[in-house]
Amino acid sequence: MSGNLLRRVRVAEVERVANRIKRFRLVDADNAPLSEFSGGSHISVVMHAGDRLLRNPYSLMGAPSDTSSYQISVLNVEDSRGGSKFMHENVSVGTELEIGQPLNLFPPAKLAKKHVLVAGGIGITPFMSMMNELDGLHSDFELHYGVRSLEDGAYCKYLQSRYGSRVNIYRQDQGQLIPLERILGDQRLGTHMYVCGPKPMIDWSLQTAKLLGWPDENVHSEQFSAPPPGKQFLVKLARSGREVIVRGHQSILEALEENGVDAPFLCRGGACGQCETQVVACDGFIEHNDHFLTEPERVSGKKIMICMSRIQTGSITLDL
Amino acid sequence: MGLTFRNETFRDDFTYTNSPSNIRRFPFPFVEDQYRYSVNIEPHTPGPKGSPFEYHFDVDEHYVSEMRDRAMVLAADPLRCQALPHMMTAQWDMLELLMTSLARDYPEHFTLHRDGSAWHWINRPLGIDQKFTFLDASTLPYQPMEFIGRQVQGDFSIQDQRDNQLWMDAGIITSQADWSLDFDVGMNFFEWHGPVPLAHEAGVFERALKFLLNLQIGKPVRRLNWTMTINPRLDTSPENYHKWASDRMTVTPENVGKKVHLRVEMQGLFRLPRSNAILFSIRGYLMSFEQIVTVPKWGRRLPRVLASLPPELVEYKSLGRYRDMALAYLAPYDDGAPTSPGGGPD
Repeated sequence: MSGNLLRRVRVAEVERVANRIKRFRLVDADNAPLSEFSGGSHISVVMHAGDRLLRNPYSLMGAPSDTSSYQISVLNVEDSRGGSKFMHENVSVGTELEIGQPLNLFPPAKLAKKHVLVAGGIGITPFMSMMNELDGLHSDFELHYGVRSLEDGAYCKYLQSRYGSRVNIYRQDQGQLIPLERILGDQRLGTHMYVCGPKPMIDWSLQTAKLLGWPDENVHSEQFSAPPPGKQFLVKLARSGREVIVRGHQSILEALEENGVDAPFLCRGGACGQCETQVVACDGFIEHNDHFLTEPERVSGKKIMICMSRIQTGSITLDL
Repeated sequence: MGLTFRNETFRDDFTYTNSPSNIRRFPFPFVEDQYRYSVNIEPHTPGPKGSPFEYHFDVDEHYVSEMRDRAMVLAADPLRCQALPHMMTAQWDMLELLMTSLARDYPEHFTLHRDGSAWHWINRPLGIDQKFTFLDASTLPYQPMEFIGRQVQGDFSIQDQRDNQLWMDAGIITSQADWSLDFDVGMNFFEWHGPVPLAHEAGVFERALKFLLNLQIGKPVRRLNWTMTINPRLDTSPENYHKWASDRMTVTPENVGKKVHLRVEMQGLFRLPRSNAILFSIRGYLMSFEQIVTVPKWGRRLPRVLASLPPELVEYKSLGRYRDMALAYLAPYDDGAPTSPGGGPD
C-alpha cells in the first residue's frame, strides 16, 4: 500500500530559465502518453544521488491536458540535501528518471468566485498549471508574484504576455513588495487565496488573511520543504522488533527505506497524512515539521508524520 | 468471448434470472461464516479471467436489458441524473475512463477512435454510433456523464474534492438500494453516510475519507457491499418506495427462494485526472436464494451469516419481516460441513 506507482521518464529538454532555476521537460521512456492532471498537481522525482535515494516533489507546470510531456522547474538550493544539486549537475537531456503519478494537494477551489494567487520565487511553479486550467474554464483570477529581480524570477515575460494585466510582478531589487493587505482587503465574498513560496512569506500571507477576517476555508497554501536536519537518533519498530538509526540529514522515512522497511508515504512533504504513524514510546522531544497533525494531536505525542518530523535526541518506538 | 445478452425485465413480470453459466461468477460477498463489518477496501486490480473482477467495468449477459430499464427510469424521473455546474470537467473524465476501458476490454462490443479531440464511439449491443468533439458537450445528445452512463451497467456518482472533504456533486443513479441522488446531491462524505449504523462510532468513515482523499491516479480500489431485494428489481429508490416497499409483504415460505434476492454491489473508486474528482461506480448483481443454493458452499454459508447479523443491520437492510422465512428456507442447505475461506465457489 505504500508509495506511488512509478513510471520511467526521459529528460527531453533542459533550459535555464532564471538564476539558479532550470526547467526540465520529461517524456515517457517508451514514448507512451502520460496521465492528464489537474491544476496545482505535483510529481515526486526519484533520484539515486550517490548512495542516497531521494524523492523530491516538484509542481507540474505545463498544460494539464498535455499528455506528451511533463515540465518541472528546479531551483538549485544553496543548503540542498542533494536533490536540487543532483538535478542541476547530474541530469541532462537523455537522462532517465523515475517519477510518481501526479498528486494534487493544492487544487483551485471549484466553487470560488475568484482566485487570488500569491507566489514568491520558485513558488510560482504550481500556479503555472493552475492558471492554465483557470484560464481554460474562464475563471476570474489574478496573480501577485514577488521576485528578487527579473533575472531571478522565472517566466515573468511569458506570464505577462499570456495573461496580461492579470499578472502583477513585484521586484525586490526595486523595493517593490506585494501589497497584500490592500489586495486581500478589497476582494468580494467567495474569493479564495492561494500562496506558495518561502515559509516566511506563507506565514505572513496566512496571518494577513486571518487579520483581515478571511475564513480559513478560503485560504490555501503549499510549501515543499525538505525534512529539516538534526541530530542522529534511534527508531525502534514495535511490530518487527527492529532498530534503525536515523542520521542527522535523514528523515525517519528515508532511514526506514534505506533499511528495507516498507512504510506508508505519499507526498513526502508532511501535507497529505498518508505516513501518519502511532508513537508507542518516546524518550526525546518530538519536532513536528508537518502541516497535517492538529495542535492537540501534537501535544498528545501519540502521532508522528515520519516523512518530515524527527526527535531531538534519544529514541522513539513506532507502531510499525 | 462474445456475450449473449438476455432479454428480460426488472419490473412487472420480473423475467430476470441468471443463466447457469453466470451463477458461478456471482461476486458472493461473504468471505467467512460469521458476519463482520469491515470497510474491506482492496486494490481494484484485474481478477481471474471470466470473474466480475477481470476488468474495471464488468459487462455481463444482463447489459442490454439493464440499460433499457435505466432509460425507463430516466424517462419517468430525470432527477435521477444530476450534475452541479462545476462538475463538467469531471463528467468528461468519467466519459473518457469508461469509453477507453470498455473499448480496450470488450473490443468485440465497443470501439473508440480518437483523433485529437475528434472522437468516434461505437456501441454495438445498443446500436450507438456517435461522432463528437471531446470537451465540447454541445456535440453529444446528452451531457457527457449521462451519455456514457446510459451505456454502462451500474450506478455512478462523482465526488468533488475540496476542503479535505468529498462532495457528491454529480451522479446517474437508477438502480439504488433505497437512497436518493436528488436528496444527497451536494452533501459531503459524512452527511450522505449519516444513516449507516454502527460504523460512525467505530471511526470507519474518518479513516475511509482520509484514505480516499489520497486516492491516486491509476490506482483504483474496490469493495463489496450487499443487501437483499424482493424480486429482481433494479429501481428500489426512495422516490418509488410506494411501488416496491410492499413487496416485502408478499414473501411466503413457499416463494421465498424465488422472491428474495441477494443484491451485491461491487463498488469501485477511481481518481479522475483532469478534475481531481473521484468516480464511484456501484455495479449491482442480483441472485435469487434459489440460484445461490445451487453452489453448495454458498448454501452452507449464507444461513450462517444471516443468523449472525447484529440487530441494527437487520433493521438497516430491512430484513426483519422475512429473515426467519429465509433462514428456514436455507436451513436444509447447511449440512454443517466446514466452508473454505474466501467468497468464491469451491
